[in-house]
Amino acid sequence: MSTLDFIVALISAAVLNGAPLMYGTSGEILTQKSGNMNLGVEGLMFMGGAFGLLGAFTYGNAAGDSASGVVAVIIALVCAFAAGMAGSLIFSFLTITLRANQNVTGLALTIFGTGLGQFVGELMRIRVGGNVSISNALKVSFAGSPFPKFLQDIPVAGKLIFGYNVFVYLGIVMIIVMHHFLAKTRKGLYLRAVGESPSTADAAGINVTRYRYFATVIGGGISAVGGMVYTMTIAGTVWNHTGLSGEGWIAVALVIFCLWKPINSLWGSVLFGALLILYIRLPIPFIPTQIYKVVPYIVTALVLIMVSIRQKREDQPPAALGTAFFREDR
Amino acid sequence: MHEKTPLIRLSKREDMPKARVWMIRLGAFIFALLIGMLVFAVAGADPIEAYVTIFKAALGKTTGIRQVVRNAIPLLGTALALAPCFRMRYWNIGAEGQITMGAIAASFFAVHCRNMASLPLLLIMGVGSMVLGGIWSLIPALFKSRWRTNETLFTLMMNYIAIGIAAWLIGGPWEGKPGSQIMPVFSSNAVLPKVLGIQCGWIIVLVLTVVIFVYMRYTKHGYEVQVLGESENTARYAGMNVPKIIMRTAVLSGAICGLVGFLIASGTHGTLYSNVAGGAGFTGITVCWLAQLNPFAMIVIALLLGVLTKGSSTLQTSMAIPASITDIITGIILLCMLGCEFFINYRMHFRENHAKEAK
Amino acid sequence: MESVHAVELKGITKRFGSNTANDNIDLYVDRGVIMALLGENGSGKTTLMNMLAGIYLPDEGRIFVGGKEVTISSPKDAFDNHIGMIHQHFRLVDVFTAAENVVLGLDEPGRLDIKAASAKVKEISERYGFEIDPDKKIYDMSVSEKQTVEIIKVLYRGADILILDEPTAVLTPQEIERLFKVMKAMRADGKVIIIITHKLNEVMEVSDVVAVLRKGKHIKTVRTAETDPKELTELMVGRKVELNIDRKTPVDPKPRLTIAGLTVKDGEGVKKLDDVGFIAYGGEILGVAGIAGSGQKELLEAIAGLRRIEEGSIIYSPEGKAPQQIVGKSAMEIKDAGVAMAFVPEDRLGMGLVGGMGMTGNMLLRTWNKGKGIFVDRRAPEKLASDVMESLEVVTPGIYYPVRKLSGGNVQKVLVGREIASAPSVLMTAYAVRGLDINTSYTIYNLMCQQKDKGVAVIFVGEDLDVLLELCDRILVLCGGKVSGIVDARTATKEQVGILMTSVGGKGGKADA
Repeated sequence: MSTLDFIVALISAAVLNGAPLMYGTSGEILTQKSGNMNLGVEGLMFMGGAFGLLGAFTYGNAAGDSASGVVAVIIALVCAFAAGMAGSLIFSFLTITLRANQNVTGLALTIFGTGLGQFVGELMRIRVGGNVSISNALKVSFAGSPFPKFLQDIPVAGKLIFGYNVFVYLGIVMIIVMHHFLAKTRKGLYLRAVGESPSTADAAGINVTRYRYFATVIGGGISAVGGMVYTMTIAGTVWNHTGLSGEGWIAVALVIFCLWKPINSLWGSVLFGALLILYIRLPIPFIPTQIYKVVPYIVTALVLIMVSIRQKREDQPPAALGTAFFREDR
Repeated sequence: MHEKTPLIRLSKREDMPKARVWMIRLGAFIFALLIGMLVFAVAGADPIEAYVTIFKAALGKTTGIRQVVRNAIPLLGTALALAPCFRMRYWNIGAEGQITMGAIAASFFAVHCRNMASLPLLLIMGVGSMVLGGIWSLIPALFKSRWRTNETLFTLMMNYIAIGIAAWLIGGPWEGKPGSQIMPVFSSNAVLPKVLGIQCGWIIVLVLTVVIFVYMRYTKHGYEVQVLGESENTARYAGMNVPKIIMRTAVLSGAICGLVGFLIASGTHGTLYSNVAGGAGFTGITVCWLAQLNPFAMIVIALLLGVLTKGSSTLQTSMAIPASITDIITGIILLCMLGCEFFINYRMHFRENHAKEAK
Repeated sequence: MESVHAVELKGITKRFGSNTANDNIDLYVDRGVIMALLGENGSGKTTLMNMLAGIYLPDEGRIFVGGKEVTISSPKDAFDNHIGMIHQHFRLVDVFTAAENVVLGLDEPGRLDIKAASAKVKEISERYGFEIDPDKKIYDMSVSEKQTVEIIKVLYRGADILILDEPTAVLTPQEIERLFKVMKAMRADGKVIIIITHKLNEVMEVSDVVAVLRKGKHIKTVRTAETDPKELTELMVGRKVELNIDRKTPVDPKPRLTIAGLTVKDGEGVKKLDDVGFIAYGGEILGVAGIAGSGQKELLEAIAGLRRIEEGSIIYSPEGKAPQQIVGKSAMEIKDAGVAMAFVPEDRLGMGLVGGMGMTGNMLLRTWNKGKGIFVDRRAPEKLASDVMESLEVVTPGIYYPVRKLSGGNVQKVLVGREIASAPSVLMTAYAVRGLDINTSYTIYNLMCQQKDKGVAVIFVGEDLDVLLELCDRILVLCGGKVSGIVDARTATKEQVGILMTSVGGKGGKADA
């Protein structure tokens, strides 16, 4: 294998493995920008993975040979997104309306979500009597590139630009839209104000509760799609909870690494995706593979330390992160 | 004129009678079980039968009860460890990692002091686990007290680093059969003895319950932690050394978590796994919180979760329901209990019907 | 009264519990007028204006804007009526730019256009002579710049009636001058400006009319040109109140604290105390007077060892012991040496008390580290709590009942009682009677006198000049972190002290100690 081939293979593998993180992270960024810290991402991604698979599988069975790949992808997306919205709606209700502690509620959501995801995954397996899988024709529409073959066949660029699955492109568009929303639009500005100083936002007539619900529920939906992307692409449309476990926590780490800026998650998720697989692709003799795997967390911890020492204001977490808002507390 | 008072107005409530508080909590628990029945029904099982199976399996036989206690040990230990931190409003969610580091330290001595007599070896393992767990917890606390580095996120990262280190050890230096990625079981002198058929860790955590209760309530340290948790200004005013208190409490918490790691590795598994903590570090947080930081309430909640875990592992075999339903039920119970605190802490004032007056 | 006033209040009453903050107030302002709302702390100025700004709803009374009766139940309603208020505590998002803060919460149609907003901010700035960079982040701004952003925020929303709550409290003399220039420019533009203040020199300098409030009542409105500081002071403070404080002549006062050249800076490097020097004697009460934020808090904290001291010395000479330098000692050491402090902050708790604990737990705050062993001794504080409860008549269900749930007066009794119980040789109190009714206040004054008679050096930071003059032996006046004078409380007049309080930058004449 030539060096160029190796690099191309490495990059495309990194992007492939980074795609679930892209969703998980950007969803959580949106959530945290509103001042809500949802530690339930792991649970949401499990739910998204299981329900996405369930949706595609049910559709595939019902439609049989006439199943359309596009429809299957859309159904999986919708199912995963809806599952994530439902999960984060529970979180929102508890933390925003009932003012429960965010950390504890997030962890409870993780317990609930991983349990539910695993339950659905196993139940499908028990009902089918073996591994759940969808037809190869449908698989291609999830894992294959949406671009025509001649584009993919362009040397180097074909693989690097046109060779990814549809969720990679969708994720990039979503992140750019989110970046634009947060940075340029009025609602985005107001949302950031809610996360920085809810009492200021409230005094300016912004409905803090509504913004927090909005960001947390949409963000949770996006995060959950990340779990579906993992199941339907990397795991090959098979329920694989050992593979999926930990993705949600890496996504939370990546939020910090990206300094709460969605645009950074574009390259951040590819970098973390690379770190996840580097031990296979680029083994260094004296570094054990398991230590490779903790590099993302070490890097994130270092970023966290540096950010707190440098005290650059733009890089700080949203000032009100993790706190409930109660007007009469002012 | 239009009054813009909202439909429901909230105010903080301070003094609900104790009996009513527990009625609300009990109500939330029952509500959660009802939702759980729905889940069973969706899964295609008879909900009543399922609950009966759970409780029979967990409490019907001695072996069941033993398993319940075994399940409860790490949860109770972790919850106890976290109580001082949470009282101080220091959000240590790194218990999972601190447990893992404790288990690693214990395993280190189990591997390298194979030939020692059992009691000294166990003592060394215990102390070692506490030291390493404490150090692991000190790192984020150091940065918190010096630079106010966010401890929630930092301790979270430390979890995964610890798990990675454990994975490396069992797949590398301490690997048994080459390529197995499994560490051989401890020699028998490194395994905690059993009392009443359960590893003696249950005695340790029960003693710890009393110790933590006394520590939080009657000691100078406990007082400092409580003052600091309420107001850093007041703590400084009273001449307390705030960074020192933060670090000391974090180390204490990490040390107890480390000890829990030792109990799991030596008492439960007799070996080290990379996921030796098995989520106890996270579930312990919810146990601690739901118990309102009261050590004795933690016993009840930890046992309850122990019953659910044991019972639903039986469900899988007897009723063909995936065991992961425990996590769903546990999650529902936790979420309901978290939510019900609202009705204890806040009073709702409904808007009186102004619409009629206006007309 | 035939012409239409820009704003008119009729019969406004506002009560908080049993306390009447505003009592049947009638007031009006006309277009193109700067009105000063003058009154002592607690006279109800801010409460009254908060009802125009939509923070509170009046219990009784009516509000007219431009002759039309209006209901203002939210800040948004206030803006709809072109009223904007600049509060003492700024409501700004730190990481946003000035322009972003200005547009926050607006329901403007269409896309967010920060450039257009910036341009409009610039335009407003130029019109009134502000100096502000719309793209500068708030956290990079000085207090004065932040205030400017708040004013622009209000103007951007189309306010014609601006209310400024103590705008000069946080500004330097130069910044104050600039602010006044801006206010005059706005007046020329036909706007109504209401400035809440208790500084007479500012009233004289900038206002057209002065409305004086005292104890929640509107006393009188006068034209500035037709009055003088002396008359305003009389209106503001009223007839001299007779207080029955048993003030004895100090017996054999000995220097207890000798302070020289004390300089303290805040986190941003601004001098909060500047070359402060004085002597506090045992057996006397030294009053500390000054406008809020003149360095009172910093002075007490510096003595108590809670603040870094840049320069200066504090010599502490306890009875029968050798004098010692206490600069550089820890708070704990200073406290153990017999220097007690009871500081009542604005929220009453949060400094010196733990709201979630009962009286016992709070008594323990002074003695928690005493005694050997790892356990705290709760018996002594328990007894102390019972004693304080009895002797000061603290109304509480029990000594374990959380102090947060007690009424303000009782909270303060717990705090002051605890400090006195430590048998200090220096007792510092700040705002000990903040928000208390007359009777409870007297309990506290008498406690101070008892301490003085025991030979304690009492330092009493207060707000009410009548009380200071009646209670204290000498009064030290702080102004902008400097000692502007020390007067004999038995011979000094209120006016004399008032002038010392406001003699910023040498204005208002020098006083002799």
